[in-house]
Amino acid sequence: MTTTAIPEGMPQYDDVPRFDVAAVRADFPILDRLVNGHRLVYLDSANTSHKPRQVLDVLTEHYALHNANVSRSVHTLGTEATEAYEGARAKVAAFVNAPSVDEVVFTKNSTEAINIVAYAFSNASLRPDADPRFRLGPGDEIVISEMEHHSNIVPWQLLAERTGATLRWFPVTDSGRLDESGLAELVTERTKIVSLVHTSNILGTVNATARITERVRQVGALLLLDCSQSVPHMPVDVVDLDADFIVFTGHKMCGPTGIGVLWGRGELLAAMPPVFGGGSMIETVSMARSTFAAPPARFEAGTPPIAEAVALGAAVDYLTGIGMRAVQWHEKELTAYALDALATVPELRIFGPAVPVGRGGTISFALGDVHPHDVGQVLDALGVQVRVGHHCAKPVCTRFGVPAMTRASFYLYTTTEEIDALVAGLEQVRKVFD
Amino acid sequence: MQLDQLYQEIILDHYKHPHGRGLRDAEDPQARVAEAHHVNPTCGDEITVRVATDGDRLADISYDGLGCSISQASASVLHELLTGRGAGEAFAVHQAFVELMSGRGQVTPDEDVLGDGVAFAGVARYPARVKCALLPWMAFKDAAARAGVGASPTEVKA
Repeated sequence: MTTTAIPEGMPQYDDVPRFDVAAVRADFPILDRLVNGHRLVYLDSANTSHKPRQVLDVLTEHYALHNANVSRSVHTLGTEATEAYEGARAKVAAFVNAPSVDEVVFTKNSTEAINIVAYAFSNASLRPDADPRFRLGPGDEIVISEMEHHSNIVPWQLLAERTGATLRWFPVTDSGRLDESGLAELVTERTKIVSLVHTSNILGTVNATARITERVRQVGALLLLDCSQSVPHMPVDVVDLDADFIVFTGHKMCGPTGIGVLWGRGELLAAMPPVFGGGSMIETVSMARSTFAAPPARFEAGTPPIAEAVALGAAVDYLTGIGMRAVQWHEKELTAYALDALATVPELRIFGPAVPVGRGGTISFALGDVHPHDVGQVLDALGVQVRVGHHCAKPVCTRFGVPAMTRASFYLYTTTEEIDALVAGLEQVRKVFD
Repeated sequence: MQLDQLYQEIILDHYKHPHGRGLRDAEDPQARVAEAHHVNPTCGDEITVRVATDGDRLADISYDGLGCSISQASASVLHELLTGRGAGEAFAVHQAFVELMSGRGQVTPDEDVLGDGVAFAGVARYPARVKCALLPWMAFKDAAARAGVGASPTEVKA
C-alpha cells in the first residue's frame, strides 16, 4: 500500500481505531476449515458474511432455553422470547441511531423490506383516502439508479406496471460513480420516491447522498437507501443520512439468514397501509373487516424469525464491541492494499472506483477474456472463494459491456495474506487459460 | 490436481479453437431451419443454437454464444458430434450426454458414442457447472424440435 505523509495537525493514521484481526478470526469457526486441501480464503462477504461463535451461541441458546412464540403468551418462556426479540429490535435501532425503537421493522431480508415499501405504495394507490405521499399513478415517477441490485429494480418495475407510474434512473459514469449531472431533471415535482443503493454490491462505490437528499426534500419526494452493503461495513446513522427508509439484511453483518430490517421514519410507517395480512399485525378483526396495529407490528404479520432476530441482536453487539469505525478503517486499508496488488496482475481490469476513496471493500474485475466462471473455478481449487456472475446487478454488467464479472469482497476478518492468495491464484488462472 | 479433471486438455482445446462457431444460413433453400436461445439466469451465459434439417438428417448445427469455457467447449463438441447425423442417432448421443452430466461423476462415458464429449465426465462432479455443459445441448433440443425433429414442438417452451 502506498502511504503518504499526512501534514501535522491533521488526523494521523495512528489516530484511527484498530482491532486485532487475528483475535477476530479466532471468533469465526469456519475460518479454520480447509477447502479443496487449501486453507479457506473467503473473499465473498458481500454475498454473505460468516458468523462468529458469539452469534452461533446465542442462536443455539435461544432454541435450547428460551424457545416460545412472541407477543401472544403470558407464560414465562413466551415472556423471555418476547423480551429477547424486542431487545434485539432495540439493539438494531441503536446501531443505526434510529430515533425510536418502533421504527425498526423486522423482515426476511432487504428484498422483502423494499417490497414492503413498494407494496405499501401499491396499496395506497388503490385507496383514495390514503396518504398522498404514497399514492402513485400515471405521470408520477420513481427514480432508481443503474447500479442497483435487482432487489432495488424489480419491485419498482412491478410497482410502475401496477400503477402506471414511470421508472427513471441515474446513470453510472465510466469510473463507476453515480452520475448526478442530471439530478435536477431526473428528480422533479413528479418524483414520488427515490430508491438508491448506499454502497454498490458490484462496483463497491459508496454513494454520497447529501446532494440527492437535498433535491429530494426540495421536490417533496421520499428517499429510500439500500444499505445492505453499508450497514455491515461502516457506521450508519439514519438521522445523519436524513433518509426516509433504509433497508439492510442480517446475514451480511455476522447475523443469520432469514432476518432483515426495514427502518422508516415513524410518521411515514404510521401513514403506510399494511402489506401482509395475518396474525400479530391487527388491532381487531371481525368477519367483515379489520383494523391494524401500529408499526412495527403492522408490517410483521405471522410468527416472525424470532431466533434469527435475537441472533442479529448478538451480531450487532459483536460489531459494536469491535467498533464500526475500526471495521470501516480496516476495510479501507485492505481495499487500498488490494487495489495496488490487483494492479500488478497483467490484463486485469477493475470495474468501479480505482482508488480507495468513496468505495468499500468490494472489488469486481475482469481477467483478460477469461470467463469469470473459469476464474472462480480455478480460484476455488486453491481454496479462494470469490463470487462470479452478474451479482444480481445485470444492468451494471451491461453498462460495462461484459456478461459477468469476478468479485472479491472483504470484511473485518479479511487479511492482506488472503489478498496475496487471490493475486497468486489469478496467476494460476492465467496459466490455465493462457 | 483436481482442476485437471474439470479442465481437460480437450475442453480447453475446444474452448480456444471452437468448431463450427457462428450462425449460418442453410445451404439448401428447402431445408427447415429453426433456432433456440437459452440463458443460464444464474451466471448470464447465453447461447443460440440453429439447426437446419434435411428430412430426418441434421444438415447443420451452428451456434453463437457468450459464456465460460465449459459452455462454449460443450457447444463446439455438440456441433462436431451431431452435425450430419440422422435424428435418431443424434438423440441417442444427446441422451448419453445428458446421462453423463446427470451422473454426479458416477457414469463411465462410452467414447464410441460421445467422442470428445467424454472429456466432460469430470464436469459432472461439479454441480455448479453441469448447467454450463448442458446449456448448448438443451438449446439444441429445442431448436431441433422447432425444425421438426426430436421432441414434439408442444413440449418446447417458448
